[in-house]
Amino acid sequence: MSAIITLSLLAILVLYLGLFKARNALLPVSLLGLVTTLVMYAVQWGIDANPLYSGMVLFDHFAVAFSVLCVLLTALVLLLSKDYFDKASPHVAEYYALILFSLTGAVLVVSFHNLAMLFIGIEIMSVALYILAGIRKKDFASNEAALKYFLMGAFSTGFLLFGIALLYGASGSFDLAAIKQYVVSNPHAISPLFYAGILLLIVGLAFKVGAAPFHFWTPDVYDGAPILVTVFMATVVKTAAFAGFLRLFYFCFVPLQDFWMPVLLVMTIITLFIGNITAIVQQSVKRMLAYSSISHAGYLLFAIVAIGPASGESVLFYAGAYSLSTIIAFGALILVKRATGSEHFEAFNGLAKRNPYLSLAIVIAMLSLAGIPLTAGFIGKFMMFSGVLADYQILLVVLAVINAAMGIFYYFRVIVAMYFRPIDRDQVVVSSQYKAVFLLAALITLLLGVYPAWLTGLI
Amino acid sequence: MESIVQNIQGVPLNHYILFCSIIFAIGVTGVLIRRNVIIIMMSVELMLNSVNLLLTAFSVHNGDPAGQVFVFFIMALAAAEVAVGLAIIVMVYRNTRSVDINALNRLRG
Repeated sequence: MSAIITLSLLAILVLYLGLFKARNALLPVSLLGLVTTLVMYAVQWGIDANPLYSGMVLFDHFAVAFSVLCVLLTALVLLLSKDYFDKASPHVAEYYALILFSLTGAVLVVSFHNLAMLFIGIEIMSVALYILAGIRKKDFASNEAALKYFLMGAFSTGFLLFGIALLYGASGSFDLAAIKQYVVSNPHAISPLFYAGILLLIVGLAFKVGAAPFHFWTPDVYDGAPILVTVFMATVVKTAAFAGFLRLFYFCFVPLQDFWMPVLLVMTIITLFIGNITAIVQQSVKRMLAYSSISHAGYLLFAIVAIGPASGESVLFYAGAYSLSTIIAFGALILVKRATGSEHFEAFNGLAKRNPYLSLAIVIAMLSLAGIPLTAGFIGKFMMFSGVLADYQILLVVLAVINAAMGIFYYFRVIVAMYFRPIDRDQVVVSSQYKAVFLLAALITLLLGVYPAWLTGLI
Repeated sequence: MESIVQNIQGVPLNHYILFCSIIFAIGVTGVLIRRNVIIIMMSVELMLNSVNLLLTAFSVHNGDPAGQVFVFFIMALAAAEVAVGLAIIVMVYRNTRSVDINALNRLRG
């Protein structure tokens, strides 16, 4: 709990730093606060977890592992934002504070033990993001992204709440343990309200994670928002939303798997195909990455379709691998866009000649996103597929392999542009913070691809 | 006065569930078919308020105060959300001079 308190106080402190024009202190203070949070989580790791505050939150291994992942990813995003947002807006402190508030919400979402906390966490996370998406006030795309995200977010919150209300009506409690008790103790007399509640919760949460058929806001919002906000949405927010999704279903709904699993199975298949097929035809790298994030949401849904004790660690691994590669890909896109003014595939032409190390980092990220062996993305896909195979979902795996092949096609377009389309171009300037982030993310991606045992078995 | 309270207590729970579902459905329909952003926000509020009513009904039916506490959470967070939402709408209006959702179609593909 001290970690969550630290994070929210840190965000307020950063706001005050902005008030006193201590612009250069923003990044160091934020990073210091994040490191403090990490230390607090590390201390909490070994302790036996009990629900705190009348069963509101529970810091078990699942919660701590996902919280640490979210905090680490946020630190990387903040490192990238040093010279990005100084140019975008004079009120740069708000940007840092909002990211930290959103992170606080994300951390609540992964450690809830009561549906009230799930709702509050999702709202804290989303409300900060609505502002972040529209942080460029004069930019029309940013405006449109903010409005669309806000309307869709509020709409999906309605579904989520109606689902929660129906669960409450049937089981008489918001507490996860009490709901589980209700499911286990009357296996044949579960109220129809409860089933309707599960369906509405699936709708609400699918909106949040961007799974088809509720994905339609994702490409527009990811495309319109400033790139770094998109990175935050595609990594931290998606990871937290999936962890919350899994946590709810793993705690409460496993005995009713026969009811909701077919629904999620169909959604998974639609998500995979829509994400991949639309990604193939994109001309803009940013939009391609937006659609690819939809397809990755499909792969992440595998863990919930084949729900079991191993689901937690496969989501952790997959989300971690995907997020690291996404940070590299979008970070490189920021640099290329700054140099050429374009987000299209052509903007990457001939990059390898002038920036061999930057290109190498992009190659590692693309290989990991496509799921090529020796990268973390491969191990993540392997864990997802083997979990589903253990559940005898042969058809799903066959369709997923077809989709993985489609994925290779559009990720390799970037690599082909960098290495096989030589044109004369100026060197892209890479600042030292960007170098550090790329190096760290690429190294972790490779290390986890070779020694996955470091991360498995944590939860 | 006494008889009114007794009459209200005599309303069965199913009526509340049906009533709230209808209000919720009206809200969903409003979000999906209306084009004016302000009206869409009103429809979202309708959805949230139907949930509030449902939670209160369940709470009284079960004799458990947690549902009514949850209603306060929803009210507080809905207010925060509306504040941000209205700010976004004002920002969009300043740039486009319109609150029509059809004006927002620059992002395509």
